Amino acid sequence: MRRRLTLIAAAATLGLTLAGCGGAEKPAESAAPPSEATGKVGVFTWWADGSEKVGLDALVKVFNTDYPNLTFDNLAVAGGAGSQAKSVLAAQLKAGNPPDSFQAHAGAELQDYIDAEQLEDLTSFYADNKLTEQFPKDLVDRLTVDGKIYSVPSNIHRANVVWANVGVLKDAGIDPTKPATDLDGWFADMDKIKAKGKTPLAVAGSWTQVQLFENVLLSSLGVDGYNGLWDGKTDWKGADVTMAIEAYKKALSYTNTDRDSLSDWAPATQLVQDGAAAYNVMGDWAEAKFAQDGDVAGTDYTYFPTPGTAGVFDFLADSFTLPVGAPNPNGAKAWLTTIGSAEGQSAFNKAKGSIPANTTAKTDDFSEYQKSAIKDFSQDKIVSSLAHGAAVPVAWLNDLSTAVSKFGGDGNVAGLQDSAAAIADKFAK
Amino acid sequence: MFRRVKHWGPGLLLLAPTIILVGVFVYWLIIENFRVSLTNQHTAKPSDKYVGFENYTNLLADPNFQHSLWNLLILTIVFLGGTLIFGFLWAWILDKPAKGEGFFRAVYLFPMSISFIASGVVWRWLLSSLQTDQPGGERTTGLNRLLDSIGLGFMQNDWWSNPTWGIAAIAVPAIWQLSGYVMALFLAGFRGIPEELREAARIDGCSEWKLYRHVIFPQLNPVMLSAVIIIGHMSLKLFDLIRAIVPDANTYDVQVPATMMWVKYIGSDYADAAAIGMILLVLVAIVVIPYLMYTSRAEKR
Repeated sequence: MRRRLTLIAAAATLGLTLAGCGGAEKPAESAAPPSEATGKVGVFTWWADGSEKVGLDALVKVFNTDYPNLTFDNLAVAGGAGSQAKSVLAAQLKAGNPPDSFQAHAGAELQDYIDAEQLEDLTSFYADNKLTEQFPKDLVDRLTVDGKIYSVPSNIHRANVVWANVGVLKDAGIDPTKPATDLDGWFADMDKIKAKGKTPLAVAGSWTQVQLFENVLLSSLGVDGYNGLWDGKTDWKGADVTMAIEAYKKALSYTNTDRDSLSDWAPATQLVQDGAAAYNVMGDWAEAKFAQDGDVAGTDYTYFPTPGTAGVFDFLADSFTLPVGAPNPNGAKAWLTTIGSAEGQSAFNKAKGSIPANTTAKTDDFSEYQKSAIKDFSQDKIVSSLAHGAAVPVAWLNDLSTAVSKFGGDGNVAGLQDSAAAIADKFAK
Repeated sequence: MFRRVKHWGPGLLLLAPTIILVGVFVYWLIIENFRVSLTNQHTAKPSDKYVGFENYTNLLADPNFQHSLWNLLILTIVFLGGTLIFGFLWAWILDKPAKGEGFFRAVYLFPMSISFIASGVVWRWLLSSLQTDQPGGERTTGLNRLLDSIGLGFMQNDWWSNPTWGIAAIAVPAIWQLSGYVMALFLAGFRGIPEELREAARIDGCSEWKLYRHVIFPQLNPVMLSAVIIIGHMSLKLFDLIRAIVPDANTYDVQVPATMMWVKYIGSDYADAAAIGMILLVLVAIVVIPYLMYTSRAEKR
């Protein structure tokens, strides 16, 4: 009896130890083309609701038609502009247990995953599918790291758009069709709105403040000055940056005081829709919200590039990757083929309110706003968004966000400038 | 020899799974965490270069981290003070034989059964910082609206949206939630004092105040200590409530070490996150270990 007990206990202990050690199993490499792949494809996103979910569903529909032998496994994690999802993903990648493909913002945000050697090189995948010719050169350049490409972009968003309530502007005697051309003109308009007792500028919690900060920087420093902030060519301690931060301080003075309590960007945009606020600087995913709520462009709301940034496209893009050690790499490549294809991009972007990265995608039935954004993207100067991980790696963005969040409370211009300069020094290569 | 094994063998066998599980999932992980905190792994790129205690010195010199420690201090003082005062008052009231004691006990204890996340969502709305006399004030909700509508509009404030004292507003829901628990502790303490002692004191001509001052309070000291330890270590580790009330984890006003650790971790700064974790562990240990020593000594006696 005692011996049996000992055996059982020993077996249990061994079992526990083994369970603790169970890591990722290496998938068998096979040369079969994606079209012959079978099984499940687990795709990790933070597109769990709203227009993003609708877009993902549209994409999955195209995927199922293209690859009937594959099953799509939705691994979406909701919440916080992807911050929740990113922590879950980081844990999975660290444990060597990656999904077949995951969503990441194109640009500097990918750098962390590349540095950690968690991504497969997709350069040959681009050549096989002739994607290099179908994507705009500007975009491909921003995806290329040391001559290699690691992700397939699904959509492009613009972060320097002001959304405005037409009725509120008219009440204050502002012509909604003729937006201000620089920050000073815009602040003058905001004074008129303030005099009418409305909130001039709606903004929400920390990351939306960073996006507003980014817009003000872009507007006052110009394209070269703004880009220089991230590659060291612009001095953070310069007088022009001081002026930009002063302008940001002024912009904040026009915003709703409960900004930190608003849960995400949507409540701030809602203030504009409700007529409680006049302007909201937000990425063009706001377009999908206006459309869903039945608002009509031109009569209910209007949009224009942030004053001082006309002719500049502040870009961010979602993209999909092939992680090292993906359980079903062929299935993942099939998914990436759908993502990059003209049909996949049309279906997805029409629903999500963004514009296709693939220039051969059909866009005839897209909304007015989307058509104008497609036109702008093809002719504007393109810069990378700060708030959405296109301009700097996540750690840099995090530190800068803390500084911007602190500034929201104390309004200390020199303090923000010093910490931003220190952060840039810390991360500069 | 065999006899001795026979003596402690089965006991050890019975404890082995626990020892192994706790060893791996608690102590080994603490050691591993300490190891990471000594490296320079500040990005996702694996890096095992040891930098000694540099991360700790950098953190302690970082004004943002100092601010988070300051916030933690205010939070703990307000949270502890609030729960002790309310918990004691309620227990004191319920201690007097009164009608409906069971009902009120349930009412006071009830908030504890709600998770911090669930109540945090409601408190986010209640603690909205918009005030009626500010632009857009017609949208005012929550406590500020309530204060305004009962004629106490001057008491409106920006709650947690304040870099210096904002964290104290986070303590309000925490006090609301845990005062009932402290009340239960004190009530048990009151009930543990034999009625004879009170009668004896009264016969000796004690006034009601002196009865409490010299007979009851001294006997409540162990209860008080338990309450301080339990609430204190909860306060040091408080994360979920802040996370539920404040939409953005990276909000400077209410940053405490626990939320800062999360922000660093999300940003792949594993070394700093691990170092903050160790600092938190030490802070909690300072509170808990003397208590454990005290109780074990008390038990031996």
